[in-house]
Amino acid sequence: MAEIAYARVGPKQALGAPTAWNRLKANHNWLGAWFMLPAAAFLILFLAYPLGLGVWLSLTDTKIGRSGVFIGTENYEWLWDDSVFWLSVFNTLLYTIVASAIKFAVGLYLALLLNENLPFKAILRALVLIPFIVPTVLSAIAFWWIYDSQFSIVSWTLRHLGLIAANIDFLGDTWNARWSVIFANIWRGVPFVAITLLAGLQTVSPSLYEAATIDGASAWQRFRYITYPLLTPIIAVVMTFSVLFTFTDFQLIWVLTRGGPVNATHLMATLSYQRAIIAGQLGEGAAISTAMIPFLLAAILISWFGLQRRKWQQGESND
Amino acid sequence: MTDALAGKASDPRAVLNATADHSEGMSYLQTLPRRLVSLYLPLSIILLILLFPFYWMALTSIKPDDQLLDMERVSPFWTTAPTLKHFYNLLFQTNYPRWLWNTMFVAVGATVLSIIASVLAAYAIVRLRYRGAAWVGGAIFLAYLVPPSILFIPLSTVVFQYGLFDSPFALILTYPTILIPFSTWLLMGYFKTIPFELEECALIDGASRWQILTKIVLPLAVPGLISAFIFCFTLCWNEFIYALTFLSTTSQKTVPVAIVNEFVDGDIYRWGSLMAGALAGSLPLVILYAFFVEHYVSAMTGAVKE
Repeated sequence: MAEIAYARVGPKQALGAPTAWNRLKANHNWLGAWFMLPAAAFLILFLAYPLGLGVWLSLTDTKIGRSGVFIGTENYEWLWDDSVFWLSVFNTLLYTIVASAIKFAVGLYLALLLNENLPFKAILRALVLIPFIVPTVLSAIAFWWIYDSQFSIVSWTLRHLGLIAANIDFLGDTWNARWSVIFANIWRGVPFVAITLLAGLQTVSPSLYEAATIDGASAWQRFRYITYPLLTPIIAVVMTFSVLFTFTDFQLIWVLTRGGPVNATHLMATLSYQRAIIAGQLGEGAAISTAMIPFLLAAILISWFGLQRRKWQQGESND
Repeated sequence: MTDALAGKASDPRAVLNATADHSEGMSYLQTLPRRLVSLYLPLSIILLILLFPFYWMALTSIKPDDQLLDMERVSPFWTTAPTLKHFYNLLFQTNYPRWLWNTMFVAVGATVLSIIASVLAAYAIVRLRYRGAAWVGGAIFLAYLVPPSILFIPLSTVVFQYGLFDSPFALILTYPTILIPFSTWLLMGYFKTIPFELEECALIDGASRWQILTKIVLPLAVPGLISAFIFCFTLCWNEFIYALTFLSTTSQKTVPVAIVNEFVDGDIYRWGSLMAGALAGSLPLVILYAFFVEHYVSAMTGAVKE
């Protein structure tokens, strides 16, 4: 046996001697580095470097067309006393918390509905996802028209049903504008939550529900003690993404209100765009976006560990 | 029980379902009126709300101007004299075809670059398992969580330094930072499902790693590649803040930016062309989506399930 192996190896070695080059070609680390090169180049040049540069810019007084000098935490001190900045923080938190909570509730409800036995299930699922496919800006423009102060179809319908006397000023009034943009965000986010949770629901074995029903569990108990625990890991991931993208939203606000009326709908992202790109204060804008990072980390940690907890409580390992 | 059986027998489709598909499960326990209230009614309300803006968008884009603004004479929920005037204006009196082309060019360029980079990275992380591969995988997932809204200010200075400002290449090179983390993560999942033995056989037969990737792994991962491609393409089409910041010439703009900046001029008669523009900008994606629903859903859920 050993002889055969030796005989087979012999000529092969003569054919391609284990030169340094051949050994290198089979080296996983060396090959791996070359395979990683394109992705690493993109992510370092256009993601990691700008991320660091953003923090640095926030410590300088850079303006558009003029490189700045280091001024320490002056931008942050300025923001600390800026009521518009704090208003944008309040708006962002309100927007994120209300929209995410409702997206979760409606999304889960829609997922449960779609998980039932339905005719044309595939078509229904495809239709539900359409708001997620269409570019946000373009659907936001449709909402802009729906929210128009004079020609809003919602006002028209309510007026003709006799529910209101005058047109609703959706985007002109402070709180109306806030609820309007939150509604548009929920409309856009529900399909994502629903379809991903539906994928999770489909992995839950129906025999569990049958067993629970035989044991006399009510519909609510079946949901509370079977569906919800089994769905928790996927809920954690979906909600982390949902919170993250809601918190950093820019497009919807920019199309619908541009932060108005009187800054009532300015989110941190739109405020940083306005200060940095429109007003040209790159340093100050960078300070606002850097100030988002702690909130983002907190949001990720809360939704991740808060919801993931159940998994290791059940004795499973964290993967 | 007899009620349930009677209800079931009265609905021939339910019987068919029960014989053809055992997954019907416990739904026979629910009577039809109950299902109407607890299932069909809420489902239709949600669907109506989700789809109404598109109906409204399409309707507005074919309404003549006088019906758009006069809501008392004709019911606003339909139109009696549909017109293609708004689409005609869009195609022949604005730069719209040019903006569509820009968007398409940027989306295809960025997607192709990202998929190439992601295939190589995902294969290396999953199968070459170089030292620290697990850490790199985690770092790529973290990169997915970095939102464009906190990157656009420093990126605008970087783009300016590299001399890419106001050029489509600024977008083609920056979009991959959003796309690569996602598609790498997705493709890692697909590559893990390809049996290791196939690669071992190829290695014994003397194939190089490159040959294994192009001749064995990629053909088997085609569904994953399609999913990644479609999802990346949609993300590019949807991207707004980079395009808004890095482009300034009207003829260079992408559809979302152009519609927001070039069409909105306070003229109340612009609503028709605005909606036509929004509809025409959404249609390519909706058509693509209609053909690849399953791939799209698996991309979305695959990235979440890890």
